[in-house]
Amino acid sequence: MAAPVESSGWFPALAIAVSLLKCLFINAYHSTDFEVHRNWLAITHSLPVSRWYYENTSEWTLDYPPLFAWFEYGLSQAAVHFDRGMLVVENLNYASPATILFQRLSVVFADLVFIYAVKECCTTVREEKSAKDLLRRPCFVLAVLLLWNFGLFIVDHIHFQYNGFLFGFLLLSVARHLQARHLEGALWFSIVLNLKHINLYVAPAYGIYLLRCFCFTQDNADGSLRWRSFSPVRLVSLGAVVLSVTAASFGPFVAMGQLPQVLSRLFPFKRGLCHAYWAPNFWALYNVLDKALSMLGVRLGLLDVAGLPKASMTGGLVQEFQHAVLPSVSPPAALLCTLLAMLPALWCVWRRPSGGRGFLRCLVQCALASFMFSWHVHEKAVLLAVLPLSILAVESRRDAGIFLMLATTGHYSLFPLLFTPAEFPIKVLLMLLFTIYSFSALRNLFSGEGSLLHPLEALYLLGLVGVEVLCEVVFPLSPWQSTLPFVPLLVTSVYCALGVSYSFVRLYVSLLTQEVTEKTKRL
Amino acid sequence: MEACTLVSMSILLGVLVRWGVSFNSYSGAGKPPMFGDYEAQRHWQEVTYNLPIQEWYFNTTDNDLNYWGLDYPPLTAFHSLLCAHVAKLINPEWVKLLRSRGYESPAHKLFMRATVLAADLLVYIPAVVLYCCNLTNGSTNKKVGTLLCILLYPGLILIDYGHFQYNGLSLGLTLWGVLGLGLGWDALGSLAFSLALNYKQMELYHALPFFCYLLGKCARQGLTGRGLFSLVKIAVTVLVTFALCWLPFLSDPEQALQVLRRIFPVARGLFEDKVANAWCSLNVLIKIRSILSSDSQFYLSFAVTLLAITPSSLKLLKTPTFWQFKLALVNSSLAFFLFSYQVHEKSILLAALPVCLLLNDLPLVAIYFLQVSTFSMLPLLLKDGLLMPYAVTSLAFLVLSTHLLSALERCTEAQLRLEGYRRLAAWLPAWLPRLDLARIIRRKFYTSLVLMVGLSVASVALPPPAGLPDLFPVLVSTFSFLHFLGTFIYFNIVQLSTPQGKQKTL
Repeated sequence: MAAPVESSGWFPALAIAVSLLKCLFINAYHSTDFEVHRNWLAITHSLPVSRWYYENTSEWTLDYPPLFAWFEYGLSQAAVHFDRGMLVVENLNYASPATILFQRLSVVFADLVFIYAVKECCTTVREEKSAKDLLRRPCFVLAVLLLWNFGLFIVDHIHFQYNGFLFGFLLLSVARHLQARHLEGALWFSIVLNLKHINLYVAPAYGIYLLRCFCFTQDNADGSLRWRSFSPVRLVSLGAVVLSVTAASFGPFVAMGQLPQVLSRLFPFKRGLCHAYWAPNFWALYNVLDKALSMLGVRLGLLDVAGLPKASMTGGLVQEFQHAVLPSVSPPAALLCTLLAMLPALWCVWRRPSGGRGFLRCLVQCALASFMFSWHVHEKAVLLAVLPLSILAVESRRDAGIFLMLATTGHYSLFPLLFTPAEFPIKVLLMLLFTIYSFSALRNLFSGEGSLLHPLEALYLLGLVGVEVLCEVVFPLSPWQSTLPFVPLLVTSVYCALGVSYSFVRLYVSLLTQEVTEKTKRL
Repeated sequence: MEACTLVSMSILLGVLVRWGVSFNSYSGAGKPPMFGDYEAQRHWQEVTYNLPIQEWYFNTTDNDLNYWGLDYPPLTAFHSLLCAHVAKLINPEWVKLLRSRGYESPAHKLFMRATVLAADLLVYIPAVVLYCCNLTNGSTNKKVGTLLCILLYPGLILIDYGHFQYNGLSLGLTLWGVLGLGLGWDALGSLAFSLALNYKQMELYHALPFFCYLLGKCARQGLTGRGLFSLVKIAVTVLVTFALCWLPFLSDPEQALQVLRRIFPVARGLFEDKVANAWCSLNVLIKIRSILSSDSQFYLSFAVTLLAITPSSLKLLKTPTFWQFKLALVNSSLAFFLFSYQVHEKSILLAALPVCLLLNDLPLVAIYFLQVSTFSMLPLLLKDGLLMPYAVTSLAFLVLSTHLLSALERCTEAQLRLEGYRRLAAWLPAWLPRLDLARIIRRKFYTSLVLMVGLSVASVALPPPAGLPDLFPVLVSTFSFLHFLGTFIYFNIVQLSTPQGKQKTL
């Protein structure tokens, strides 16, 4: 975006431009999530509250927390004026032009929350020297990185979901914490948690940080915790905020005795360890290692082909992936891994909170740890780490480098979401647009401080181009297209998993070494 | 940020918006028996692929000229042939003779849209980039701002990627011509423009400025010495280009004549539908078509057009500078649009291209005109089901262009090139009020925006009154006509009042 010389009004211009761009893709491909949300509109509009979590005419049953159901209920009040047909539960796969228009516009308008949150985040950015050139100002860069985020754009406005709206609340809560308005931050977080329970991924960061920095009012001189400064009043007020939101959301269902039913909808553990398309996380690498070992074992005669689980040869197509050599993973084991991966970050925040930024770092770390090790992770969950990391990226060179790695691989891993030929140019163009901008803007922000990426990292990222050409151009022309159709997805997922895992490790290294350098500084 | 990054991002954004618009409907989608321009282009592929070149422009058993007969010059036909070969490779059904009529499928739509994008990527977009980088003034940010605005001009995008045509190709070739002339490569420039003329005969709207500029420039170098040499070089280039394009039709005079008859269908009348030109607007008051014979209509429009382009052409002939050339392109194409014979509403794009080139010099007036030009095609766009992309791209263009080019700040009288009025005002009698032209133009801009929004909403939402079914299209075309006329007068004043030898400064 070529910005004007004067700096007034750039934020509205950016926001309006991206909103208009979103409206351009109303007629583009949308996934089954479109029908999911249409069904929820119908359920919340035409059924009494007591039936919301029991209704199962459609296979896409309501599986978000009650607050989101109320959001759909609110939307359905406007939907009446577009097309009543979409509000009938029995109208499965109903997609009249008016329905499409309404649902698409509802996402665009719900994004107003996100736009407001981004504006708030931009005000919290520290600017050491006010650069003359608008394009070099961190707050401008942050606004573009968030508002024009590639992943959010294609997931919400083409694939179809309401993530922008949800991330709006999350970022708002982050901004409030950075502004040291903790109670408000807690309020927004409990709202977003009750809108979509995936935010449980980052709940530990909130819990520990609020306990440490809000409920304890003072630190010792060396920055460690002063136990005597505990403030029961604050704990109670915090609890009141969180509990009242949760009560408003879940209360009615508890009163009707439907809590077990609601929870069973929210946490369907019957699904497998990995989604049909493996999210690029630790388990993708684990699965591939298992496959490689079993193939090696067969080749060396250590394993018997007949004894191997059948599904393992068509991995990526089945939900249940049975491991042949390595131990199979159960939900509790995945949970344990997740918690273990979060623990060091939480410990750091508890020991030395280092303000809102320390909290934000911990939040990113928790989100990424959950993405890496949780049960049945969706590839879209990587945004939970990418978006908050943007804020850190415009403030420090080291984080900027990690951001580029994580965002580029994470975003690329979303490519399989759009597989129709007509949408192919969109994903490539948008991805290039965002990637070129993020690289050049961040390099500009930290010009004179050395390059952001190690040559090997750059080489890895360039490899993504090769993967794309291989998977979407070369492979479909090859004879393997019919015999091994899952290979492109497998390659994409594994290649991206390497980058995401690497970013996860780099973030940890950066967190822990920061700890060490701070310690040596003090000594 | 580096210019290179900004330029590539602008291009990406321009392509993205184009592809976004292409998801929408096209003209005549699902409307047998005639369909629309989309089917016309597909039909030309079918005809050129299956028939020998001698039959392309003739009515035969296999080539029904009443069903979207080829009526563009040879280069369009060759382009269709090229596309047809690609289509044949993908799916032979798409170009099967007679059996493929009215063929529509998502895959075919994707293919057709891709051909438009390919043409744009090869011809139009590079020309715009080169123009903005080499022939505009100001900082990098300003240049990139201009580039983005030109690439996002909604009229062209909506017609090419919504309605379906290949204007990017003919306008792109013209732009290459302008580039050639601007960079001093006159022969290459005239080559490109000759190609444009051979792609679409409507490019004649731009022909006179090209001719006058080149002739004036040669005359300045001395028609007896170096000037003559350049003139001969240019003439030979043009003649050879034309000869090559027409080669297959030159063997038989009847062939060439038939092509000409197809290209210039004089019998089709003074105007069709509702077009925002003088004749259609005059028709609201006087029914010209019933008063005058068809011949006198033709001569009348010819005479008025000639009259309208004379001042700007003479001025250009006398002062052949690049600035004058750009202004003359606007004046000539607008004069043709307003007064010539058989004008279509889409022809306003021919005037929009040179106005785009002035975006950096005269931002407010250019944006004003470009908005109205898009608006003037509203009835057509509504018929094609392009309301949403129309609203989105127009709004985006308005916001971005006024913001990036700081159009509303850069409009003092001097910046609007209306110093002439100041000088004139000194001679006026004292009792006449001294007008603040800059403020008037700005106010008019706001008023027109409100009116355009109002008329757009009314056209979409309100049913026309019982007695006047065409009320909104007529209002739209008359409103646009008044603005085009105003722009025509304004650009003529700017061109004619530029002092001798004064280059673009400011």
